[in-house]
Amino acid sequence: MLQAEGLRHSFGAVKALDDVSFSVQAGQTLAVFGPNGAGKTTLLRVLAGLIQPQRGRAHVDGGRRAIGWIGHQPQLYAQLTVRENLRFWASLYDVQLPAELLPRLGLEEHADRAVRALSRGLVQRVAIARALVQDPTVLLLDEPFTGLDRVAAESLSRLLAHHAAAGRASVLVTHNVEEGTGLATHVAFMRAGRFVDLAPRAGRGAQQVGEDYRNAIA
Amino acid sequence: MRMLRAGRWITAVALVLLAGVYVRALAYTPIEQSQGLAQKIFYLHVPAAIWAEMAMILVGLSSVFYLFTKDPRLDRFAAASAEVGTIFCAIVLTTGPIWGKPIWGTWWTWDARLTFTLFLFLLYIGYLLLRGAIPDPAMRARYAAVLGICGMCEVPFIHLSVYMFPTLHPMPIVLKPGAPSLPGSMLLTWALSLGVFTLLYVGFVVQRYALSYLREQLEAAGEVGHA
Amino acid sequence: MRLPDLLRHAWTVASKDLLVEFRSRTAILSAAVFVVLVLVVFNFGRDPTAVSNVDLAPSILWVTFTFAAILALNRAFQLELENQALDGLLLAPIDRGSIYLGKLMANLVFVATIEVIGVPLLALFFNVRVLPYLGPLVAIIALATVGFVAVGTLFSAMTVRTRFAELLLPVLLLPFMIPPLSWAVLATGRLLADRPLSEIAGWLNMLAVYDIVFVTLALLLFPATVNE
Repeated sequence: MLQAEGLRHSFGAVKALDDVSFSVQAGQTLAVFGPNGAGKTTLLRVLAGLIQPQRGRAHVDGGRRAIGWIGHQPQLYAQLTVRENLRFWASLYDVQLPAELLPRLGLEEHADRAVRALSRGLVQRVAIARALVQDPTVLLLDEPFTGLDRVAAESLSRLLAHHAAAGRASVLVTHNVEEGTGLATHVAFMRAGRFVDLAPRAGRGAQQVGEDYRNAIA
Repeated sequence: MRMLRAGRWITAVALVLLAGVYVRALAYTPIEQSQGLAQKIFYLHVPAAIWAEMAMILVGLSSVFYLFTKDPRLDRFAAASAEVGTIFCAIVLTTGPIWGKPIWGTWWTWDARLTFTLFLFLLYIGYLLLRGAIPDPAMRARYAAVLGICGMCEVPFIHLSVYMFPTLHPMPIVLKPGAPSLPGSMLLTWALSLGVFTLLYVGFVVQRYALSYLREQLEAAGEVGHA
Repeated sequence: MRLPDLLRHAWTVASKDLLVEFRSRTAILSAAVFVVLVLVVFNFGRDPTAVSNVDLAPSILWVTFTFAAILALNRAFQLELENQALDGLLLAPIDRGSIYLGKLMANLVFVATIEVIGVPLLALFFNVRVLPYLGPLVAIIALATVGFVAVGTLFSAMTVRTRFAELLLPVLLLPFMIPPLSWAVLATGRLLADRPLSEIAGWLNMLAVYDIVFVTLALLLFPATVNE
């Protein structure tokens, strides 16, 4: 559902992506671990088409419409209510706001509150709802667990599991091995713009993956 | 490095030739009747003005091609051309008042062509400030290209707006419909001067281009150094 | 991208911007207060015995609009950068042109609001007769405003991502504002001096040409300001 071939991109003299290739099939979740500055966010932005890579090619089946993006910024307008925000994003995709979306994330009672009045955990839940308005088939997640409260983290995990079970794909980048491992079918480590190791998780737990990660980027 | 040296040579030759043109202008070209010696500045003023405007058009054209090809050489050229254009505007804006004081009796007047050059100068300054405000080279190149293209398209509009004000400025005598109304020897001196300024433009641009190329190389090398 | 889609998405973006502005109202209120203050300052910064009000009014009007508009323009994209909502807009399956047009529409509504406040105040403070010329005056203001707001919207998409955005935008924009501004001042002057309309037709044509050229140019160039 998603292919990357020989991606290269630099910002000035800094190589953010250095020959990165992989593909993600239906039902797979790829977790990419790497320290800050390894090029993880650039990778996601290239996959989303927000950055045109200087070399190589990224392809997502279904194009922009198929991509749901959850970043560390919520991409919401603080002055508008939850419902107004979601309606706005839905209308850009020419769809109605799905009726079950708010209850699914436990946002019904907050629907008419301004986003700026919500707690950080709630804002993150709205951001997740925002990424789902057009029913995406490929989810791109940039440090999605940062700043989530327990309820929100659980609903995000459930949602990702559900997404994968429906035969859809996700790519998740984070520096926190604890958070990402449980959901991943495949694991990759990234250092200085390169994929050091890309393999199926194959039953490895967070501890094992953490050890592999430290070895890989050492 | 070779390029930088070539640029220096071209500039040096152009400067020597410029001195030559002035010897010719002062010693062998007739003195204009009504303006006297002050008219001599015309050989500096007009070619500089022509190249100040040409430089903006070249910035705009290379910017158009940059947005299509994303070739960093075009961006470097645009930046170099804008810097040289700024200098030429400064020459025009300095020589204009020097000529204006004895002839018009005032240093500055909101005359169409002087005002035009002032706007051009402000456009260049804005362009260079924008370049200075963006650290990422790719972003800087894109933004500068957008501004450069707008600047080029703005040139005819500034012409239109300033030429509607009444003016004291001498009307064009060379670049105008019909034959130039200038004695042959003056025209020749002027043509030589225009040629010299063309060379000067090329020399300056080559130098600035080479310098920004070297700077980029150094930045890249610095990165390799600490990685 | 089909034209109806382009315009519909543009309106979606614009109406969202206006709703955000309506919720807070800080920007429009401060701009309105700014207009009042500039007009008041002009009143004290002139010698009423030396220059008649009708002669001075066009300059006052346009200088006020210029500064108020520049204050307003940075707001449009600032809003999108706050929570990186711009990424969301770029990711949505809409044309880049829709984003630009949406911002342009919202900015035009915003600047028009300032102008609707400014014109009656000018008439009041400086005792200028505006009502008999209202139709052509609106035409001049509309044509000039579209031109410089089109360029300003494009530039603000770039300047908001730099340091010193508040200072850089006017420095870049003012040279581009001068042609429409000078034509608008001349046309307004003729109009308020009760000259026949045929005298200002030429200025209106030039303003229209400027608008067409720069709106088209901005639509073509806007993608280059957001595509990395």
